[in-house]
Amino acid sequence: MTVDAGTAPSGPILAADGTPLKVSLRKAQRVRKLRAFALVLPLLAFVLITFILPIVDMLFRSVDNPVVARNLPITLNVLKEWDGTGTPDETAYAAIAKELVEARENKEMGKVATRLNFETSGMRSLIGKSVRKIRRLKEGPYKEALIKIDKRWANTEIWSTIKRIGAPYTHVQYLAALDMKTQPDGSVGMQPEDRQIYGQIFMRTLWISLLVTGFCLLLAYPVSYLLATLPLRYSNLLMVMVLLPFWTSLLVRTTSWIVLLQRNGVVNDLLVWVGIVGEDGRIQMIYNQTGTLVAMTQILLPFMILPLYSVMKTISPSYMRAARSLGAKPATAFVRVYMPQTAAGVGAGCLLVFILSIGYYITPALVGGQSGTMISNFIAYHMKSSLNWSLAAALGTILLAAVLVLYWLYNKIVGIDNMKLG
Amino acid sequence: MLGPSGSGKTTCLMMLAGFETPTHGKVILGGNELNNVPPHKRGIGMVFQNYALFPHMTVAENLAFPLEVRGMSKADTEAKVRRALDMVELGDFGHRRPAQLSGGQQQRVALARALVFEPDLVLMDEPLGALDKNLREQMQYEIKHIHENLGMTVVYVTHDQSEALTMSDRIAVFNDGVIQQLAPPADLYERPENAFVAQFIGENNRLVGEVKSIDGDTCMVDVGGNVIRSFSVNHDGVGSRSTLSLRPERVTLNPADGVFPNVFDAKVLELIYLGDHIRCRVAVCGNDEFIVKVPNAHGQISIKRGDDVRVGWQAEDCRALDA
Repeated sequence: MTVDAGTAPSGPILAADGTPLKVSLRKAQRVRKLRAFALVLPLLAFVLITFILPIVDMLFRSVDNPVVARNLPITLNVLKEWDGTGTPDETAYAAIAKELVEARENKEMGKVATRLNFETSGMRSLIGKSVRKIRRLKEGPYKEALIKIDKRWANTEIWSTIKRIGAPYTHVQYLAALDMKTQPDGSVGMQPEDRQIYGQIFMRTLWISLLVTGFCLLLAYPVSYLLATLPLRYSNLLMVMVLLPFWTSLLVRTTSWIVLLQRNGVVNDLLVWVGIVGEDGRIQMIYNQTGTLVAMTQILLPFMILPLYSVMKTISPSYMRAARSLGAKPATAFVRVYMPQTAAGVGAGCLLVFILSIGYYITPALVGGQSGTMISNFIAYHMKSSLNWSLAAALGTILLAAVLVLYWLYNKIVGIDNMKLG
Repeated sequence: MLGPSGSGKTTCLMMLAGFETPTHGKVILGGNELNNVPPHKRGIGMVFQNYALFPHMTVAENLAFPLEVRGMSKADTEAKVRRALDMVELGDFGHRRPAQLSGGQQQRVALARALVFEPDLVLMDEPLGALDKNLREQMQYEIKHIHENLGMTVVYVTHDQSEALTMSDRIAVFNDGVIQQLAPPADLYERPENAFVAQFIGENNRLVGEVKSIDGDTCMVDVGGNVIRSFSVNHDGVGSRSTLSLRPERVTLNPADGVFPNVFDAKVLELIYLGDHIRCRVAVCGNDEFIVKVPNAHGQISIKRGDDVRVGWQAEDCRALDA
């Protein structure tokens, strides 16, 4: 049968039963799509509950600020009228006196005091002291009474702090995480020099992560090359040696570094025995930045080796042969022909190691000492010890943002499509 | 270099290039011994089986690579790259990546890259193995023409005998790591020196028997009671076993009396019509796989399956080789 172009049917192509082909095709594929979706549903739910929701909660917690707003509503309402200069009038003092006593009865006062203390140190003791004495006070004027209890109640700063912290949503945690604070006059400025910590910790975290990534790359490149080029019999053995630490507990590996590197540890004993250092010149290699670097490099090495290996495995040896037959010295051939082809693996390995190390916790906590702690240790500190979850959440969010920015940069420069993990 | 897989062709080529170390013997090029010269100083161009074009460089950068590592100036490099690209008719493709080229184009780039630094010797390791049949034949002629124009020596490895016959001045037939015969294509086909070469190059009828007597160039070989007069080439003398090699097109069906010294009775087992000729499988001298090519000339198509016929051939066409 021939179809004349002039009489070909116009409009959509129809299936045998007369419905448009597009519609019937979609119908036929619907079941398949549903089945595919059902297959990924458990994982989707798992990721949603264990990954997405906690992150959303963390983002929320970093700006959520309910404690003061819930416990001092009348005070805050009164303070709305206050212009922020001098001290507020008697109604504010009366309201806060009443509400602090109520809060004490509801066992909420500690939270309020702690929250205010994060912002201005000394607030906890001020509130504790004031509430204890104010309970005996039957009636006002509260303003004079409070100022009599502690003359700090006459400070404008105290009241502006309460007013500011009273907002149900706030960015103060982010300011705190960036070593900034709102000045008494309402402008945003840096913390005093001696109270700046997080900026330095963020920089140190980035620096340690960069160093670990660099060391991993330096150590992993030759090993991966050997793995990819040795005959199968030897490369299998080498692969087992690479993976063996991978299968050992993180804690075991970290603590064995303590055994090796401590002042009376194996390495120092060896150095003393050989005579490189004297008995009193034992080197401090653990509980500082060196310890963190050594242990993290060793622990993260497989994450660099495996992507590198998987890329190198695919590079045919004939490229190097071709380069040499064309007149390139072995070193030139390696640098100009082999190395550019491993760029995808280098990119993947570096990104993986960097992102893993930027949020690393256990190892720096165990061997980091003072100079080797990283931002994750401070997040943990605020989660467990100081119980300032909002600040922890803000620090975590900044860390997440930093990783996303780096990822975006990587994608811009290298292109994420060029990355090969295996 | 021609031979079946695993016969040592590529190993031998790699020794020439310097990627394998010979256990003994010398590699000599233009009077210079190359055994201890590293590959990058040998100045031998090489085309690899999978082309080995550097995937992260453009075509032009690939071609410039051998010139750059030789420290050639930018202007000279550009001029040479342009000339090489024009030679393989890919003048407009310099900025492309190898992955953006078809198989045949990649093959030409690989060829141009091996030639651009004007080596005395070019090695090619089954360069056309990955191409389809038509393109392969076209490229065979192209390589042959480039070779004729430039006049360098090419050592070409292949396992395809028609490719070897098309392209070569001399062919080395490899088997089991040994060169079986080194000769021009016509000699290989017409005058194979052993049973392997006879079998490997072209179609061949084998008859195995015992040498009865030798008289100068001819000898008498007893094959299952039939004594065949053959051309004595390569056997161990009277009493030894010998393989007789006979090309199918040299056998005549139902010959006139007195023309051939060898005439035997045969039975037609199978006929295959191939247009210009008919392949005829007959049973003769105890061999059921004996092939006769009957030219499709006037009056020759009267044979039928099961017919009793006679076949005959000249003593010179029947070569007595090693068993």
